Amino acid sequence: MNWLRNQWQACRLALSRLATAPVNTLLSVLGIGIALALPAGGHLLLDHVAALGRGAAAAPQLTVFMSVEAERKAALDIEARLLGRPDVAQTELLEREATLKRMKASDGLADVIGALPKNPFPDAIVVTLADESPAALESLAAEARKWPRVEQVQIDADWAHRLAAFVRLARTGVLLLATLLGLGLITITFNTIRLQVLTRQTEVEVSRLLGATDAFIRRPFLWYGALLGLLGGIVGWLIVAGATLWLRLPVAELAQLYGLELLLTLPSAKSTGVLLGAAAGLGWLGAALSMRQQLSANTR
Amino acid sequence: MIQLDRISKRYPPDMTALTDVSADIGAGELVTIVGHSGAGKSTLLKLIPAIERPTSGTVLVNGQNVGALSARALPFLRRNIGLVFQDQKLLFDRSALANVLLPLEIVGFPHKEAQRRAEAALDKVGLLKRARALPIALSGGEQQRLAIARAVVHRPGLLIADEPTAYLDAETAQDVAAIFMEFHRVGVTVMVATYDDSLFPGARRLRLDHGRLLA
Ligand SMILES: Nc1ncnc2c1ncn2[C@@H]1O[C@H](COP(=O)(O)OP(=O)(O)OP(=O)(O)O)[C@@H](O)[C@H]1O
Ligand SMILES: [Mg+2]
Repeated sequence: MNWLRNQWQACRLALSRLATAPVNTLLSVLGIGIALALPAGGHLLLDHVAALGRGAAAAPQLTVFMSVEAERKAALDIEARLLGRPDVAQTELLEREATLKRMKASDGLADVIGALPKNPFPDAIVVTLADESPAALESLAAEARKWPRVEQVQIDADWAHRLAAFVRLARTGVLLLATLLGLGLITITFNTIRLQVLTRQTEVEVSRLLGATDAFIRRPFLWYGALLGLLGGIVGWLIVAGATLWLRLPVAELAQLYGLELLLTLPSAKSTGVLLGAAAGLGWLGAALSMRQQLSANTR
Repeated sequence: MIQLDRISKRYPPDMTALTDVSADIGAGELVTIVGHSGAGKSTLLKLIPAIERPTSGTVLVNGQNVGALSARALPFLRRNIGLVFQDQKLLFDRSALANVLLPLEIVGFPHKEAQRRAEAALDKVGLLKRARALPIALSGGEQQRLAIARAVVHRPGLLIADEPTAYLDAETAQDVAAIFMEFHRVGVTVMVATYDDSLFPGARRLRLDHGRLLA
């Protein structure tokens, strides 16, 4: 229990030091909080965007367009062929007459279509795949293009795949940002602790003369760094949460314009834990590096 | 308890503070170290807790060669020595009580027990009423006594004081010296550097002159 008592003592000392210089503490904590809010917010946003894409791509679809001259029989053959495959979940035949009727009903197009000598629309088959992977989609599309009387095959959820690719790229960006700002956080605590040690030179010296081990001297400073990081993490979380609540309505409205449903939610318990843990850990690391440098620079 | 064997100490680049000093100090002795300013009194005292290391010769404390102690072992040597520094080295950002608590925290005392002992030490030097005061609010004599309370709170077997009565008026100096005499009476080994060893009647006197020990 000695260990626990030592830690608790050091923690209390660190807390009182944070409290005795409130302005300093506040500035450091704000700096760290803002630095953490950027990657944390980016991560949260990307989670939402990725979910958006997954919803659309959940049932990947192909549309097989027959040639305009093809008979109904050919379309039915193709449909049967598709249904016979294990990777196809479901098909729907859009007959060209029905398509023409639907197009005529829509505003603006009625006149144009009415002026045409004959039905310009082909039969089409909408295919829902069982396998969600883009590769499966591509390979079926490539195969279907070679089938008789098939004019064109279109991958409908293409945008979702492009979105997924974008999200992957953006995630790398966020990771890079997080790494840079994490290093920034280490730098902030490193320097804060360095200044702390400088102003507590006498304390370090006296403690040594009274028989303190380096571990004893280091402990409150490590707590100081970790607590600073943790407080910064909390501020970062509050910034992200505040922004989420603030943007929730406008983002939902914007998404609706594109027929999408996007409701921003607060960071999950897990993300929150990771954020706070990383913040405290990086603060501790900055302090540890600083102490290593300080204590070796100090003569005993 | 302490054996000094042909100690010399040279501060770089070429300041010789001690030359060929040998002495043997038994457990429970009261020893005063006297000599002119610059004679090497502080240097001699600093060799014992290995604040300084001899350029040549050996310092044995309880049979341990302190000049050769590793950084890891050093704290444990110092925990058995009470130190009163010439410049006191009080921590001015914390109360008198917190200053006295520090050695106990270093050793890892439970808080309640530490509190009790620190208060007892303050009581012993007549500062219990000032326990909550910051050192800056204490008079010179009170600060000196606070430094003594900090040096003895963990009950070291060896007490080393560097001019603990300097800058004190005659009466206060008497009071402070009396505290050391008391520790000596209960069996603590006491070494005091001082200008005025009449304050420590019955003490064995080591006289330094330009870094050499006079017989
Ligand atoms: N860190 C140091 N570096 C260089 N020279 C030093 C150092 N410490 C002490 N000296 C020199 O060593 C000599 C002995 O110093 P010391 O402090 O031991 O004397 P002292 O007897 O304690 O004097 P005082 O009574 O003035 O305190 C002095 O000449 C001093 O200038
Ligand atoms: Mg001196």
